[in-house]
Parts: sequence; structure tokens; C-alpha cells
Amino acid sequence: MKILEVDKLKKIYHTPKEEILALNDISFYLNEKEIVSIIGPSGCGKSTILSCLTGLLDKSNGEIINKNNLKFGYMLQNDALFPWLNILDNCLLGLKIQNKLTVENKEYVINLLQKYGLKDFIYSYPQNLSGGMRQRVALIRTLATKPDILLFDEPFSALDYQSRLSVSDDVFNIIHNEGKSAIIVTHDIAEALSMSDRIIVLSKRPSTIKSIYEVKMTDMSTPINNRKCKEFSTYYDIIWKEIDKDE
Amino acid sequence: MSKEHILYLKKIKRNKLFILSIQLLIIILFIIIWQILADKKIIDPFIFSSPKKVVETIITLHNTNNLYKHIWVTLYEVLISFGIGTVIGIVIASLMWYSPNFAKIIDPYLTILNSLPKIALGPIIIIWCGAGIESIILMALFISVIVTIINVYQGFKEVDPLKIKLLQTFKATKTQIFLNLILPNNYSNIISILKVSISMSFIGIIMGEFLVSKEGIGYLILYGSQVFNLDLVISGIIILALMSSIMYYLVLLLEKKIINKN
Repeated sequence: MKILEVDKLKKIYHTPKEEILALNDISFYLNEKEIVSIIGPSGCGKSTILSCLTGLLDKSNGEIINKNNLKFGYMLQNDALFPWLNILDNCLLGLKIQNKLTVENKEYVINLLQKYGLKDFIYSYPQNLSGGMRQRVALIRTLATKPDILLFDEPFSALDYQSRLSVSDDVFNIIHNEGKSAIIVTHDIAEALSMSDRIIVLSKRPSTIKSIYEVKMTDMSTPINNRKCKEFSTYYDIIWKEIDKDE
Repeated sequence: MSKEHILYLKKIKRNKLFILSIQLLIIILFIIIWQILADKKIIDPFIFSSPKKVVETIITLHNTNNLYKHIWVTLYEVLISFGIGTVIGIVIASLMWYSPNFAKIIDPYLTILNSLPKIALGPIIIIWCGAGIESIILMALFISVIVTIINVYQGFKEVDPLKIKLLQTFKATKTQIFLNLILPNNYSNIISILKVSISMSFIGIIMGEFLVSKEGIGYLILYGSQVFNLDLVISGIIILALMSSIMYYLVLLLEKKIINKN
């Protein structure tokens, strides 16, 4: 079931010197409980799509159809945790801003923290946590406001390779456990392949959609298992060539 | 604890002790040499005074009850101008953060006021506010507030844009962004600006007291130089140095407390 449709999205950036066409004619959809990745060369305007979806940026043209008025949750390039707030208060930030800091919501957040291995760190401060843990905290902060669709903007780019793999697994499990849908923006082909049901490949600026791949592998249980499948490298080669041709 | 670690700790302690003793030695030697030179009339004690005379002067001031009155007046003026300056500085910097247009509009005026030697405003201030404490406080305010505004605003502007974006994704209003991010993110920055502005306030107050005053440490120094009582002048300077260092350390203490909390 389609829960979100983007139709001929266009975005122009204006500066005093020139106008820059960042996105042109971007159309795609998102099904319920599906993870879709958007991949493309750096600076192609991938993140702009997410900003247009949430209304952080005004789109220049096109249509974003969100019939059921589903709520978005946004994950940024790094965890952006506030060093002066403890883990719990960091997670409650969104609820506080939206004036929804009820006892039930607070319990919901504490439950999430316990469920995803942060029970002993509820009153710790971010600087005492590893990069991977901080990323989990950031995800719980996003989940706290109970969004329906999660948007990830290069979510693991600040992590080292090892933690990136394990955090991918964590995030993948959390998305599935909580029954959410997600759009992931990344420039890492392997990351996109390992996590998503569909991959949208963008061209360089002005970005248009070059192709869309349905990802079908023998074992899609977790990102790490995904990476072990024999189809993985085939997909990787095809997408890599597609992006490489462009640059 | 390993033997090496104990040795390491000892070494640090010894180094600290060494630095402290040299520091003490410098001041003690300075006082002794000053006294000897004055006693032997190598320097003219009438112009250069001497440690003994300074102590005597301070004791006389203490006995006639004038000392605390002068200290209190200066301290009172410094605290008022420092307090008002800090509040005005933070409020204006906040308004500039709220409205980038406001910031752009007042930017050239801030630059001009910042580069203007504020002491030049002294005569006008005295004519406007009269020869009283108000003029002195206004003088100090002019000197400290511009720097406070500029530095606080700079700190507000340097907040991580990604953190601002995060709050925007929660649909935070500008006030919420200010209260939840900009201000708490700048606590330690504001404290270090206070360290500068407390010194600025002292400069302003003494300048003001030089221009117009009947009491205060600045008055004491100026009066001493007019009647050629150099003992009084040097005593005043030493008292002032003590006062401003104590104030500075108080702010430093506040800083340590706040940084520990974060």
C-alpha cells in the first residue's frame, strides 16, 4: 500500500549570483513498512528531497501526496545530541518542544531505551557513550514523537566502519520492530543495498531519477546477512557503474 | 597504584611547588629591593614611596574609616555597571539573533561605537548626567557593553546548524530554539565574556572616577597625585589590583562550577 507519493518534485536554490536547479522531475513512492534508499553522487541534492518532504524547505514545484497526513521523523548526519542534557532528556527533547511531555510518553521513551540496550545509561551524558550508542539514542529521540515515516540523512557517515555495520543492524531491527517505514539518503552503495527494499539512483545536479532497483536477495533478515548474499555484489556492480558513468 | 604513577604524581606536585615558590620569591624580592632602594635614598621615596609607607598609609586609611568607604563606593559602581552591562549586552545580542535584519541594521553602529575610544564621551556624559555617580556608571557601561554585545552575539551565531535543524524538524519555534539550544549552549561562553567585561567595568569606573568623583579608589589615586602624596597613589593602585583580582577569581569560580555541571 502506497503511503507516500512524490510527483514531479522540483527545487531551485536562489543565491544573489545565480539560481541552481537542484532537483528536477523527481517522482517516487513509499509503501507501508518499506525501506527505500536514495543514492547518488555527493552534492546532488539527496538531502534536499528530505527537507522538502518535511517542509524544512519549500519546494519549487511538484506534488507531495501524504493522504493520511503521516508524521515524519528526521535523523540527521550526526547524532546532534546536546552535551548538557542526559540521555533521557535528550530523548525527550522532541516531546518537550511539541508540548507532549506526558507521563505515558515518558514511559514509552524509557521503555524504548530499555528495549534497545541503553537502560544503564538513561542518566549518563552523551560524551560517555560510544558512537554507536549515541546513534541509537538519536534514533530513540526521533521515535519518541511517534513518527510514521523515518527519514535518514546520511545517518552513519560520522561513524567508523565497524560501528557503521553494527548500527545499521540496530537501526534496521528497530525500524522493523516498531513497524515504521523509512527513506534513507546515502552515498554509500553497500549501505543502501544492505538496508533497503528499493533503491532510487539519482544523477548529478540537476538531479533526476536515473533508475529504480527492487532489491531481492536470498537472505534479507539483517543488513549484515544481506551483505553476505551472492546477489549483493551483482547489484553493487550494476549500481556502481551507473553512478560512475555519471561522474 | 604503580611505582611509576606515584613518581609521576610526585613530579607534577614538585613542579607546582617550584612555580609557586618562584612566584612568591619574585614578589618578596621586589618588595625588599624596593624598600632597600628607598631606605638608601637610591630612589626618591617622595616620588617612589616605599612598602613601609604604603602599609602605613593603608593602616591610616583603615583607622580613619575611609578605606572601606572608598572600596565600597568603587565596588558598588563596578557591580552596578557590570550587572546592567551584562543584562543589556545579552538582551541586545539575543534580539540580534532573533532578527537577522536587526543585526544587519545595527552592525555598522556597533562597529563605530566599538572602535571609538569611549573616554572621549566623558565630557558629554558629565554635562548630561551631572558630576555624580551616574556619570561614572554610564562611562563604564559604554566601555563594557559594546564588547559584551559583540562577543555574546558571536557565540549565539556559532551554534551548530545541525542542532538547529534538529529542533526545526520537531517544528520548534524560534523562542524554543533560543531557550533549549542557543542559551544553554552558550553558558560557558557567556561566563568567559563576563571575565572580560568585569575588567572592562573596572577600567570604566576608574576612568569615570578620574573625571568626576568625591570618593572611590579612583578619586583616592587622583587626589593623591594632585597633592603629591605618592604613598596614597601607590596604596590606591595596590588596593585596586587586589579588588579586581578578587572579582576576576570570583567569576572564575563561577565558571568552574558551571563547567563541572555540564
